[in-house]
This record gives sequence, structure tokens and C-alpha cells, in this order.
Amino acid sequence: MTPNANGSPRTIDIVNRSLARRYLSERRFRMCGLAAITASLLFLCVLLFTIGKNGYTAFQQTVIRLDVHFDEEQFSSQDLNALDYQDLIRSSLQRLFPEVEDRSEQRMLRALVSSGAAFQLQESVAQDPSFIGKTIPLWFPASDEVDMVMKGHFKRTAPEEERPINDLQLQWIDRLAAENRIAFRFNKGFFTSGDSREPELAGIWGATTGSFFTLLVTLVLSFPIGVASAVYLEEFAPRNRLTDLIEVNINNLAAVPSIVFGLLGLSVFLNFFQMPRSAPVVGGLVLTLMTFPTIIIAGRAALKSVPPSIREAALGVGASKMQTVVHHVLPLAFPGILTGTIIGMARALGETAPLLMIGMVAFIVDIPRGFTDPSTALPVQIYLWADSPERAFVEKTSAAIMVLLAFMILMNSAAIYLRKRFERRW
Amino acid sequence: MEPQLLLCFLLLLSTAGYMIGKRQALAVGRSARGIRSLHSRPAYHGALTALWCAVPAALIFALWLGLDSNIIIRQVLAEMPASFRELPPSEQNLLVNEIKNLVNGNVFTNEVDPVLNAAAERYIRYRSISHGALTVICLSLGLVGILAVKRRISINLRARNQVERIITGVLIACSCIAILTTVGIVLSVLYESILFFRQVPLNSFLFGLEWSPQMAIRADQVGSSGAFGAVPVFWGTLMVSAIAMFVAVPIGLMSAIYLSEYANRRFRDVVKPLLEILAGIPTVVYGFFAALVLAPVVRNTGNSLGLDVSSESALAAGLVMGIMIIPFISSLSDDVINAVPQSLRDGAYALGATHSETIRQVVLPAALPGIVGSVLLAVSRAIGETMIVVMAAGLAANLTLNPLKTVTTVTVQIVTLLIGDQEFDSPKTLAAFALGLVLFVVTLCLNVIALYVVRKYREQYE
Repeated sequence: MTPNANGSPRTIDIVNRSLARRYLSERRFRMCGLAAITASLLFLCVLLFTIGKNGYTAFQQTVIRLDVHFDEEQFSSQDLNALDYQDLIRSSLQRLFPEVEDRSEQRMLRALVSSGAAFQLQESVAQDPSFIGKTIPLWFPASDEVDMVMKGHFKRTAPEEERPINDLQLQWIDRLAAENRIAFRFNKGFFTSGDSREPELAGIWGATTGSFFTLLVTLVLSFPIGVASAVYLEEFAPRNRLTDLIEVNINNLAAVPSIVFGLLGLSVFLNFFQMPRSAPVVGGLVLTLMTFPTIIIAGRAALKSVPPSIREAALGVGASKMQTVVHHVLPLAFPGILTGTIIGMARALGETAPLLMIGMVAFIVDIPRGFTDPSTALPVQIYLWADSPERAFVEKTSAAIMVLLAFMILMNSAAIYLRKRFERRW
Repeated sequence: MEPQLLLCFLLLLSTAGYMIGKRQALAVGRSARGIRSLHSRPAYHGALTALWCAVPAALIFALWLGLDSNIIIRQVLAEMPASFRELPPSEQNLLVNEIKNLVNGNVFTNEVDPVLNAAAERYIRYRSISHGALTVICLSLGLVGILAVKRRISINLRARNQVERIITGVLIACSCIAILTTVGIVLSVLYESILFFRQVPLNSFLFGLEWSPQMAIRADQVGSSGAFGAVPVFWGTLMVSAIAMFVAVPIGLMSAIYLSEYANRRFRDVVKPLLEILAGIPTVVYGFFAALVLAPVVRNTGNSLGLDVSSESALAAGLVMGIMIIPFISSLSDDVINAVPQSLRDGAYALGATHSETIRQVVLPAALPGIVGSVLLAVSRAIGETMIVVMAAGLAANLTLNPLKTVTTVTVQIVTLLIGDQEFDSPKTLAAFALGLVLFVVTLCLNVIALYVVRKYREQYE
């Protein structure tokens, strides 16, 4: 540290003195960046973890074993569908707990078993009439409150009035458990049944088929339209006002909020063209309008990456412009276009807001069988369940989210695989 | 014939047309000086025949199905007794719905008005007549197309050129769907909005301070006068978006800087796809997370600090929305930062600047317009985001500065006003379209400005 001849400090000294501070701020800046990335990844983990933690129990279901006596007299006199199956369940429960005589207590006892048990009973009798005249042990789904208690989502130690299940019912549950009459089963109904007001009976199959029909319409319409537009704009279009207008429109459409497409669907498809409400075909049309700009943009990028030498070679041996594109350029660009399409379809699968506008939020129990049947879609089902007050729907919602995310991961990994497998660097 | 079945038949017919055209071309070629004398390859003759069979029929098919239910309904209504015809439009809509339910068999009561029943029967009869006529027209058009082309096939027919011209036309038509969509959006939203502004003046909508769209059904009902001052709704939207931006801009920008300036290749290859997962998660999942996980956490934290937090606070919705937008900002800014020429950085290093000083004083200022553009795009995304706010933000339109209170947004209002049964002439329903118009215009402006800023910036270095 020697000052200059004229007494003022040398520049290098000023620099050296500030170096420690500057390096510190360098490290701090770098840490900030790392912290930002960690924060977003941490959030991703928290999100996936909470959904997994809330949802994995939904794949299991609490079932109760009841000994049902199929009285011969009762069954011989009437046809199978007119019988009071609810009463069979009631009397089976009564035989298990003969000491319960008070009417309100009997009602509490019946509340242990799902209201869908009677239907299940009816089905099993219809399948196997040899039951008649015997006493058969059968497993029935427990009600959602019992399910939640067994899975530990309701605390037994909470004061009685804060529990949906009272002390008496808890005693009965414990007795059933001691007699090995309560068990966990794989919840097949969750994957095979439609929506229901009863959480223990609600399933995602209806919503999944609805999503499937909707996406099928979307794919069938948006893929040809997207590819055709991409080919025209990239390979044929002269630069004039019309093509400029088209390009501006495509870029803007890709950024229009999804709910505005819902408004379009409501006023054009439903009110003007009088198409059916809640139908997958309308949902598919709306999602097509949202998806095809994505496909066009991806398709144009893929077409652009095909080197001009390919085109020149084809033109050189006498192919027409159309033959060049169809026979040579398009096949080479196809993996890229397909990747973009799959990503667009994955986004369409997760889209909810426009479907709310065209009435796909209705409560629909039946499994849709065609493109015009009323139906919901998977994300809409998630929204509906998330709005339901029952505690048991929280795990259903999370499980449905897990299924939705599984589909999206599947589609995206297919896209990544395609890209990796067929990507060519020219 | 059912339309789906008819479509299958048309497809079969045009396949047959392809065969016929190709065979005819081969025959014509052989009878002349061999197949080589044909102008185009036989497949093009086949394709031309198939196109002439399918395209006109398909156009008629689409047009017919688009319009026929409207016409039939009008006809059925016109044939109903006068007492039904003179109903106001909203009740006529209900009537039409009832008839349609009857037609589809979705009726669960035994007592159906005989007039309605007759109308439903007429509807079914007209529909089968219409479908029959459609079948005849389409199939005969297809046949005529096939025969006409078959007669024209000769060695001089320029089949390839004609096929290519038709295909080019189809391509152009497909490209124009983008324009049609925009026009459709603008027209549909604008039309309903004009109806709305006839009932509620524009000024009181844009500048009114009270929003309570529930209209009285009966005249003597209390407390539901219907006020359509949208300022509280706009304010709520702004507040939620601002909270989202407070989360997303710093985190997204710092992630982008770290990824493009500091991270090595392997780190980037792992982290970037992970961030993209965040962008790919459906918004309904974020909404569920905000409503069921984050909102209770925010409320409990606030209550333990002695604050009064509502269970549907703007804060929870804004935070989650911010997280959703992080990858959006980070990937856009990443592109912009990478586009800054290396020579600028080299110059700064040569002057002795540290890495972070280079970034802060050279790279970021150079990338600023692009970053501003990406932030604007993110804002437009936040304003238009629906599911998170529908699930996590409230319905009460409060004009408040407190992020712990409930606010409502434009998208939430659109969804609540339009879900469920609606009458199409009430200002309550139309208000949703007016809000939609505002949303469309604002996001459009933001996008145009953002693209303009980004484009202008790019020109400087290329």
C-alpha cells in the first residue's frame, strides 16, 4: 500500500480494497439465483407430495362383511327387481346388533353401510340366483364417514360433536373390526363408476370417457387443420396482406385467455347452432379452436427445420411443389409435428375453464356412450369434487389429480421419446 | 339415415370413386398409346374423382347440420298454438329445451303436456325428413361428382394440376380458420355486450363502484337490485395479478439468470425440464392446492400473527398463481438473456467486472426490453387465468387494499354468472360477456405491446 508520488491513492489499491465486498456481492447474487430455482423446485415437490399424501388412500376402500339371508319366500313371490334390498341389508345389520332397538340408533347403525349396498346386492343376486334360500357372507362398501375413520382422516380423540361419527358408532365399528368384519379392499369402483353424491361410490370412469371423447374430437379436427395451415403458411403462402393477417391471428389466438374460448363456444355453438349442452362434441370443438394455433406453431417450426436442399433435390428431379412437400418435406417434419400435437393435446386434456362455459359441469352419473351424450371431463370432475364439502372428496380429488397427472406425464414422455428417437440434426 | 352413418357411406363412396377414376384412367391409357401417354399418373385421376365426390357433399353436409336444428325448431314453434307462440323469448327458450328433452327421452314424469308431446313428435318427424333429404342430396351429389369426372378422363386431362389446385384451396381454407375464430370471438362477445350496454350504460359499467349482479326475480324482492359497476372486479383482478407478479418476476428472473449465466450444462439439462413440469400442471390442480392447502396455511399464519384473514384471501390465490407463472417468465427471459451477444459480456469482463456486475450492469440492461415483454405476456396470462381464482378467490366484490381480504376477479365473475341455468336476455348473463370483452381487449393489447417491444429489441443486434 504505497501511495503515489503526489500522495493520492493508486487505482489498484482502491480496486483491491473493494474486492472483498464485490466478491461477497457476487456470491450473494449467485446464491439468490440458486435460491430462486430451489424455491420453485421445492414448490413442485410440495405440490406433488401433498397430492400424493392426500390421494393415495383413495385407491383403497373400507368394506364391511354382512351375512345376508336370502329368504326363499320373499324371492319366489316377486320379480327380482321389485324387492326391497335395502331391507335385506337392514335386517342383516339387525342380526349383527340385536341389542339396538331405538329408532334413531337403528338409523345410525344403517349409516355405517353405504347407500349403494342395496344396488350391489341386487346386482349380485341377478348374477347368481343360486343365493336364494341361503345365508351368504357378502362384502359391502362402508359409508364415507366410516371410511374416513378407518383411514385415520377423522381423529377419534376429537370431541364427539366435532366428529361426523359419534361414540356409539365408533363402538360398533370397533366391534365389527374385532369380528374381522371390516377390511380394506382395492377400490375398483373408483376406476369403473361414474360420479356420485356419495363419496364412497364416486368414480372417475365417466369423466375419463368424457375426456376421451372430447380429446378425440379435438385431435380429429385440430391435427388436420393445424398441419394444413402450417404447410400452407410455411411452404406455399405468398407474402401478402392475407397471410400477414393469418399470422397475426394465429399468434394472438395462442395468447387469448381460455375462458374467452368458452364464451365463444357458449354463444356460437350452443346458442347459435343449437348444439347439445354438456356434450363432448362441443367441448372438442372449443378445445380445437384453442389447440390448433399451438399445432400450427409447432408444425411450422418442424417444417422450417427441414433443410432447403431436400426441397431443391425433389424439385430438381421434376417433382411438383405439392409432390415435394407431400412426399419429402412432410415425412421428415412429421416427428416434430407429432411432438407438438401431443403437447397440445396434453394441454387440452388439462383445460377446464372453457368446458365450464359450455355446461360440462353438470352432475352426471351415467357413463357417456357417444359424442352427444352429456358428460364431464377429468379436470372438470376434479373441480366439482374440490367444491364438495365432504371430507372424503378431498382424497377422491387428489386421486383424480394423480390420474390426470399420470395421463399428462404419459403424453409428455411420449412426446419426449418421439423427439429423442426421430430428432435429426441436418 | 343417421348423419354418422351417412358420413361413413360418403367415405366409402369416395373410396369407390378413387378406384373408378384410377381404373378408368388405366383403361383410357391402354386404349391410347399405353399408360405412359396419360398426362398424370392414374392415382391422380382417382384422387380427382374421390375429391369431386367427397368435397361438395361434405360441404353440404356441414352446412346442413349446422342449420337444420334451428330451422326445425322455428318450424315446430310456428306450428304450436298461438298461446305458446306469443310467449316472451326467454320462456320460449325454456319451451324449446323441454321439447328437446322430450325428443331425447330425458323425461322422468308421466304427465307431459299433450301440446308439447305433439311438438316433440313433429320435431322428430321433421328431423327424420331433414336427415332423409340430406342423405339423398349428399349421396346423389357424390355419384354425380364421380360420373362427371369419369366422363372427363382422357389422356389430356391435367388431373395432377387440378388435384393440387383443390388441395391448395383446402390448405388456404384451413389457414383461414384462424381468422374465422378471431372474428367469431369478437362478434359473439361484442354482440352480447352491445345487448348488455343497451340495458346498462357503458359509463356506469366501467366506472361504477358497486358490483352485485344478482337481479331480483320478483319485483318485490329485497336487496337484489343488480348493480353493474365493474371497478371492484377490475381492482380484484389487478390485485391478484400484482401479487402473482411479486412472486413470479423475481423468482422467474433469477432462475433464468442462474440457468443461462451460471449453471453448467448438466444442471441445466436436469432443471429446465423440471421447471417445465411446473408449467405443464393443469391449472385446476393449482386451484385445488391453493384452496385446500395454501389458503388454510395463510389463514392460520395470519391468525397466529393476530391478523384477520378471510378464508378466500387474495393472497393465497395470488401466491399460487405466481408459482404457476414462474416457468413462463423464466423460459421467456432465458431466451432473451441468451440472445444478448457474447461480445458485450466479454467487453465487461475485460474491464474487470465480476460476473454478477456484468449481469446486472450489462446483460440485464441490454435484455431489458425483452424482459419487459415477457413480463407483459405473463401479466396477460395472469389476468386471464381462471381456475385458480375460481377455486381460491372469493365472490364478494370488495374495493380494498388489503390482500388478506376476499376479492373477486373478472374471470371468477364470468364463470359464476354463466354456470347453471341462464336466461339469455337478463343483464346478469350479458354482464359476463361484457366482462369477457374487457378481458379479451386488455389481454390483446398487452400481447400486442409485448410482441412489439420484443420485436423492436431484437432488431438492435441482428
